This record gives sequence, structure tokens and C-alpha cells, in this order.
Amino acid sequence: MRKSKALLFEMSRSGRQGYSLPSCDVPVKPLEQIVPHSLQRSSDLDLPELSEVEVIRHYTELSTRNFGVDTGFYPLGSCTMKYNPKVNEEAAMLPGFAYMHPCQPEETAQGALELLYNMEQDLIELTGMDRFTLQPAAGAHGELTGLMLIQAYHRSRGDNKRNKVLIPLSAHGTNPATVSMAGYEVVQIPCDDRGLVDLEALKAVVDETTSALMLTNPSTLGLFEEEIVAIAKAIHEAGGLLYYDGANMNAIMGYTRPGDMGFDVVHLNIHKTFATPHGGGGPGGGPVGVKERLIPFLPVPLVEKNDNQFSFNYDLPDSIGKIHSFYGNFGVVIKAYTYLKMMGAQGLKQASGDAVLNANYLMNLLKKTYYLPYDRYCKHEFVLSARPEKKKGAGAGDIAKALLDRGFHPPTVYFPLIVEEALMIEPTETESKETLDAFAKTMEDIAKDIDRDAEKVAHGPYNTVVGRLDEVRAARNPILRWTKK
Amino acid sequence: MSGKHYLPLTDEDRHKMLATIGADTVEDLFSDIPDAVRLKGELNLPPAMSELEMLRHLDALAAKNKHFLNCVSFMGAGIYDHFIPSVIKHVTSRSEFYTSYTPYQPEVSQGVLQSIFEYQTMICQLTGMDVSNASMYDGGTAVTEGAVMGCGATRRSRVLVSQSVSPYYRAVIKNYFHSRGLTLDEIPLKDGCTDRGKLEEMLDDDVATVVMQQPNFFGMVENMSGIADLVHSHKALLLVSADPISLALLQTPAEYGADIVVGEGQCLGVPASFGGPVLGIMAAREKFVRQMPGRIVGETVDSEGNRGFVLTLQTREQHIRREKAASNICSNEALVALAASVYLATMGPQGMREVAEQCLQKANYAKEKITSLNGYSLAFPGINFKEFAVTVPGDPAVLNRKLLEKNILGGVELGPLYPGFKNTMLFAFTEKRTREEIDTLVGELEGWK
Amino acid sequence: MDYKTIDGLKYTKKHEWVRLEGNAAVIGLCDYAQDKLGEIVFVELPDVGAEVLAGKSAAVIESVKAVADLYSPLSGTVTEINEELLDQPELINSDPYGEAWVYKMEISDESEMANLMDKAEYEKFIVEEEEK
Repeated sequence: MRKSKALLFEMSRSGRQGYSLPSCDVPVKPLEQIVPHSLQRSSDLDLPELSEVEVIRHYTELSTRNFGVDTGFYPLGSCTMKYNPKVNEEAAMLPGFAYMHPCQPEETAQGALELLYNMEQDLIELTGMDRFTLQPAAGAHGELTGLMLIQAYHRSRGDNKRNKVLIPLSAHGTNPATVSMAGYEVVQIPCDDRGLVDLEALKAVVDETTSALMLTNPSTLGLFEEEIVAIAKAIHEAGGLLYYDGANMNAIMGYTRPGDMGFDVVHLNIHKTFATPHGGGGPGGGPVGVKERLIPFLPVPLVEKNDNQFSFNYDLPDSIGKIHSFYGNFGVVIKAYTYLKMMGAQGLKQASGDAVLNANYLMNLLKKTYYLPYDRYCKHEFVLSARPEKKKGAGAGDIAKALLDRGFHPPTVYFPLIVEEALMIEPTETESKETLDAFAKTMEDIAKDIDRDAEKVAHGPYNTVVGRLDEVRAARNPILRWTKK
Repeated sequence: MSGKHYLPLTDEDRHKMLATIGADTVEDLFSDIPDAVRLKGELNLPPAMSELEMLRHLDALAAKNKHFLNCVSFMGAGIYDHFIPSVIKHVTSRSEFYTSYTPYQPEVSQGVLQSIFEYQTMICQLTGMDVSNASMYDGGTAVTEGAVMGCGATRRSRVLVSQSVSPYYRAVIKNYFHSRGLTLDEIPLKDGCTDRGKLEEMLDDDVATVVMQQPNFFGMVENMSGIADLVHSHKALLLVSADPISLALLQTPAEYGADIVVGEGQCLGVPASFGGPVLGIMAAREKFVRQMPGRIVGETVDSEGNRGFVLTLQTREQHIRREKAASNICSNEALVALAASVYLATMGPQGMREVAEQCLQKANYAKEKITSLNGYSLAFPGINFKEFAVTVPGDPAVLNRKLLEKNILGGVELGPLYPGFKNTMLFAFTEKRTREEIDTLVGELEGWK
Repeated sequence: MDYKTIDGLKYTKKHEWVRLEGNAAVIGLCDYAQDKLGEIVFVELPDVGAEVLAGKSAAVIESVKAVADLYSPLSGTVTEINEELLDQPELINSDPYGEAWVYKMEISDESEMANLMDKAEYEKFIVEEEEK
């Protein structure tokens, strides 16, 4: 039964309250004596008035109108929607972590500093880098930090003409957006017919204005850049640096390391690779690791260990400064730390192995029904094209809606841009063979439905709490807040 | 094997799956990784821990930290020990919320989408602005992106930021601006507030955004009257970083003419977590919505005419506009924004007002008591909301160490943040502080030196 | 040939059309481009008096999930803009060659006209695009 859900504001009744506070126990002065009337708010504060019961029922009902990893299979390519272990949540909620003030003296924060220090050591080993900052609050934030570090490095050498950053055409949108934010110009590198970076095209544009190449490896097509050594050589010989976008790190843990591939800077998405929840869009975490020659530029503070005492080091004269008000998303780092420590070296390698096995298995099941543009071993994800289905009348977006009707979250659609009608599928290692089989069967059923009645598929979904939503209307006449009628 | 409880494949599954693929071993699937870059041997990580061992380890680490539950905190500077109602944790622990991705598939994401729509509405109600985005990383990045947004809206590249804006935020702005090649000039202080004369001198028709904070970093309520007119006379924008709690009581930024409002939302029911994850708030007047960074939710209807919600105006964002996007932000702080929404819905207008008044009364009670002590004086005269700066008779670090012996997290030292302010500290007072706790602090201060 | 073209107009490879009126020109977006973009939701217009350069972005056309620059086919000065499009961007979908003209301009360099295609050339160009 489809129906819309009342908004908090529509449930509000004057005089209801959901809070309980102690009364003010200091002598109270007339407000006017502290803040003159002219500096006080003159408009009503129109927040909803609700009892606690209503607040809880409201949000509980909203939660039932939402799909999460705990609800079911979530094969969203490039997002690594793996299971979020429950102990991680417990860890971050420990009062000794959750209720710490960022300005409290170091001697009162030794446990937190030790955790940050240990985390850095584990990330260094996992990636083959030399030092990490845990300050960036998200992947894109890490990218920006990384480019700032590269910029600072070049500037420190008086090398000021490097104003371009190269990125492959298949890159995630944050890459070019970050390049612009750091004041750089984007140079796009095409892919060859294997779906890999076109090495000759790359060599043709690398020169003394190249600041860096940003690369995801495996790429957004889920393919490993086999020429990585030659790519790194071409960039380094021209004096540029190599930036590793860690979005796809889940494919390679324990098999290879960005540091060994020749990357100078790397960011990781701890909300992808290290199983911290995506929270409906955030918070995440985007630690950035660097090779030795970039350490002097890392954001302050770094965490240091001396005689089993931990401290913040602000004494880095060449540091780029700060990129977050404090130390980044500490609470998310705790979750990732818990995950890493419980997985260990073997567990992490097994996770990547199973992630790649799951992806290849599902790819092999699906390629019988759907067009697979790059048919070779994939890593943690693969990309199908629904171009043939689109011609029949129902494209990638419609297949996505049909999956919603059958209890699955759809793959990423229409990305990467280099594959028309793309369906980007990343099953992750935390899914069972039965789930993959059921998903493949469902995808086959949808293909049959398209053959039978594409028009019907193009108008789904049918079983969700709301039908297909009118995004055109939302964009043409934006209603971005509730207003009193 | 470690981590097995998160990995459902059995060896039998793996064999069958490899057969389907036509590979002999999982290793074969990695044959595209060149030998030269392959990891030889195993990662050198400490042995894996079981859940029980891990919890013991975490407990041991957590036990080494002081925190708001085993200390009385007077620390502020942007992050505060406000009361957090129990309902919040229960809502944000619903795994349909916290294990979901960005709501790109709206038909199965109405929960998150509607909660963001409600969040946007409540942020508009607090600030008086017309539109709000779905969140930024924190106060510092929200101020920074707001300043950049002003550059986009005015097509100018110089920003003035008052020194009464949090130095933690200014450090972030400085870094972003340096990298991007934008110009940043700081407006000096006068008596702990923005020097209005200097602002007038520095303002010209090249300035994109003027950045101020209310209450400012020293907890002082700045006199904003006439500022917006002055800024607008140069066709520049006024950006204000506001404490959301204060907005229940103080003039809204809309009332004094601000164009963009940002802020740190940690005070809205969010654990301090050593500074993150917290919540960057960003709101603006409607005409700037297309320059706004980050996700925005809009109302629409479904195929049957039912109300529903979607991410909208997405062409501003990186996944569509790529190098021309308003910002590179992708992941935000959605779950923290959910916590803030639950807080605002729980507190309602009266609760918010009560919290704000208690902060004000308690801070001003403490202000009188502390500044009447021998050797202690108010750093700047003026109106304080929930914190104030005090010059103390000695080294603040030493004082804080003494307070810690009584399980008091003292004030934030200003010396390292403002080189001229030796022996000055910032004390914060939320509704959680009791008269007894404040009197104990005062007693300890009195007994020092 | 699924896409509409009009006799007497000039066309660019970026799918803008030009109606020459002496030293002035009317500029718009072709049917092919509006079809590829889908439902148009927003248009950003140049300012009257703005100098535009051939091949450089003069306006921005947005659908829900795509953004396209409208590159000025010719260099010159914008003399009039179609403000109707601000309220009804969907006109570009329904009547790209008529009501949905985007801006009018005074041409500063007539030699640039040689770079434009006529209807027959443009139709051939579209067919090639489709086959890619």
C-alpha cells in the first residue's frame, strides 16, 4: 500500500514536548540585562513540537522506508557496500572515545593517540607508504589533501609551472572536481580497447607542466592497470607524481600495494574498504598516505610515539596546515581500526580474494544474459552495458527500478561514463554464493521481462513505498524545505 | 582464520565458483597483477584479534582517556558538552539508516531523504535562511566552502575573514585558499570583536565574501547592525558562522542580513568524539542555491501523485559537473545530520530556548564569579553567550593540570591560537553544568596561586 | 533521420543553430542536442551586452542528470536574451527552433560564418555521429 509519510512539522501540536531538562540552578537574571532586546531573535522559532513517543515512531517508520546493507544485497559499484560489523559501532560509542574533547591535554588522551598511532602503522604496512594523516573526513577530502601535498612538494622545489593533473576518462567525478578545487587544470586520458589507460596517449601529454596523475587501480571498470610500472615511469621521468585513489583498494589487500606500484600519495576510503557504515551518505574517512619525500608537507598535527608516550606534533614548518578543524573523523577511524585489527593480514587478504572471486563469479553468471564490454578477469567489480536492453525499451535505470521491486538494491547505473547504459556491479566479499545466485536469477528474469514487455519495466518500480519519483519536477520547481501553508 | 565471521563463502563454494569462472585458484584471478608489484609473502600486521580480545583492547585504550563522563568539562572553542537525549542514539542506531548509502535510488531511500528534507527545513528555521544543504564535514570546512561559494556567486576571488572567527576554521580556509590561488585577508580584532573601522577600510569592490562568526570565537555577541549594508554596498556577500544553539535566543543571521550561514552542528545532540565526526551546517538565501556545494533534497511526487523526496539540483555536484562542480564533496555527514534532526525534533522550540537560556545564564553567572577573583580578569568587555575569555594569573597549562586532579577539564588555552594572548583561557558553560560544578571550578581557580 | 532540422539555418558540430539576420544572429540549441539531454530543467543565460567568442561557452543548459554548454557559434555581442527560458526551460524540448531561441547577438567577425554547416551538411554530420 503506497502512501506518503507525514512530516515532523505536520505532526506538531502546540504544547507538546519531547525533552526533559533540569531547571536552571544558578541565579537567573532578566535576559535584557545580559543581551539587549535588539540582539535577540525576533522571529518565532518554528521547530516542531512533539512528544518523545512521536519522535521515535516517526523515525522508526522512516527507517522502514529505507534500504541498508542490513536489509539486503547492495551491489553498488565503486561504493564497496560490505557488511558493517556491529562490534565497530560498540567501539566508537565507548564513552572513553565518544565523549572526548579535541582540545583536552595530550596526557588525558593517550588512549586516543595510541589508537591513531596504531592505525597509522597498519595503514603504512597495508599500502606500502611511509606516513599517513588521518585528518581527511571523506574520500574527496583525501583527494584534495593529496593534491595539496603534491602542490606543496613541487612549490618547495621552485617548480611552479606544473599546473596540470592527468586523470583517466573513467575516473570518479570527485577526481576532476578535486583537481579544480586545488587550482589545477584537468587533462583527460583516454582508455584503450582493453579498458585500460592508453599508455601512448598518456606519454603524449606528460611534460614539465604535469603535476600528477590520479589513478584508481583497479580502475572503475574493475580492471587492473597491468602497465602500472610503465605508467609510473612515464610520470616520474617527467617530474610528476602519482596519486592513488583508494576507492578500489578492496580488490588488492595483501596482493599488491600502491606504494610498491610506484604511487607517491594515496588516499583510502575507510567507509568502503574497512567496513565502516556509509550512514546514508556519511560520515566517512579518507586517510592520506605519502612516501618519504612528501612527509614534511603533511597536515598538522602528526601523532608521534616516544618512550610509550604519544603526542601531537605541530612542529612541521613545511606542512600544508589543516584540512579539518580537528583530527578528522576520529569516531569513524575507531570503527576502521576495529575492523583491521580483527581481520589481520590473512583476513584482509581473504577479504580481497573473496571480493574478487564473488565479482568474477557473478560476472560469469550475468554475461550469459547481459552484454559485458570488457570480457576478462575483473577485480572487485565489473561493468555491464544495458545498451541492447535500452534499444528494446528499458535501459540501465529501468533495470535498477526492476531490482528494487525484487528486494535488491541496484548496481551503480550510468557510471563509468565510458560505458553506455552502464551497470556497475560490486558484490563485495561479505555476500554468500546463494545471494549471488539469487541476484543473477533475478537479473535473468528482468531481461525476460524486458523481452516480454519493456514498456512495463520502464515504468517501475511497482512494489516500493513510493512509485517512480518525478525528478524533473523536483529540479524545475525546487521545493527544498517545508513551509507552513 | 581471522575475520571468518564476516566472510560467508565456504571452501566448497569457492571450488564451485572457480569452476564456473573456469579458473583453478583464486590466485589465477590476480594473474593480471605484474610480478614486479606483487606483494611477496604476507602483510606484516599484528595477529588478528577475536571480538572479545578486541573489546578488551579497546576498553584498555578508552580507559586511558579523560572524557565528559569522568570529568566536568569547561572546554568549548566550537565543540561542547551539551546534553544528548537518549532518543538520538536509538534512532541513529537503526541500521536501515546507518548501513545505507547516499540516497541515489529514491524509491528505497525515502527514510533518509525525508529526514534530510526535515533537517534542511529545521536548519532554515534556525538560521532564517531559505535553503540548506544536507551537510558538510565540519564547521571549518563549511566556513571554507561558504567563502568559496561567495567567490563563485560574485565571480570575485578575495575574501575577508575576521580574526574573531575560530582559528581552527581560519587554518582550514587558509590552506584551501592558498592551494586554489584565492586571496585571503584577515580583519583585525578590536576588544575581542571584529574591528569595524578596519573592515570598512579593507572592503572594496574586489571582495567576494566577508566572513564573521556569531557568537565569535571568544563567545562574544558581535554587534552586527549595519554590517550587511556595508558589505552589500560593495556587492560582496556576508557569511556568518553561527552557533546553532545560540539561534534559539539571538538574532538570526537573516535578521541582520547575512547571505550565507554556516556552523558547527556538534552542539545539536552529537558526541564530541575528539572532534569528529561532527557536522558542517550550510544554509543560504535562495538566489545562491546553484552555487551551493553538497547534496540537497527536494520534494516531488511519484507516478501516482504521492509526495516523495529526491536528491535534486544535482548538476551542481561532482558526479555530473566534474571539473566545473561547485565543490568536490561527495560523502558528507548524513548520519550526524540525522542526529541533529532528532535533537531538534526532540527539543522543539521550547527546549532549544531553554538550553540557550541556561547556557547564557550559567556562563554569565560564572563570568561574574571568576572575574571577581583576585588575579583573574575578563579579556574583553562585552556580551557573552556561553563562553568567555579570561586572563589568569599564570600558565594556563599548569592551571589545567591542577584542575585535572579534581577531574575538571579546564579551559582552552588561547596563547597557541593567538600569539598575543598569553595566560588567557576560554571557558565554556552549557546547560549541563550545575551551580555546584561552576562553584567548584571557581573555588579551584581561587585556590590557585 | 529522427531529428528535426530546418531549412535556412546554419549549424555547428556542437549542435547549436544560427539564424542569420544581416549583421545579427539568433542562436539556439538543435533538436538533436535537446533529445540527447532529455528534459531540460534549467538554463543559464548570458548577460545582455556580454561579449561572446566563437566556440566558447555562452549559456548552460541543464537536464536532471546532465549539463551542456551552449558554445557560441560566432563571436560578437549579446543583444537580447530569451528570458522565457528561465521560467520555461522545457520550451527547448518542445520547440527548439522556434520559441526556444536562446540569445540574439551582433556579429563581430563575419568570416567565422564559413565554419558553419548548412542543413544538408549538418544532417550528414548527425548520421555520422549516430553511427559512432
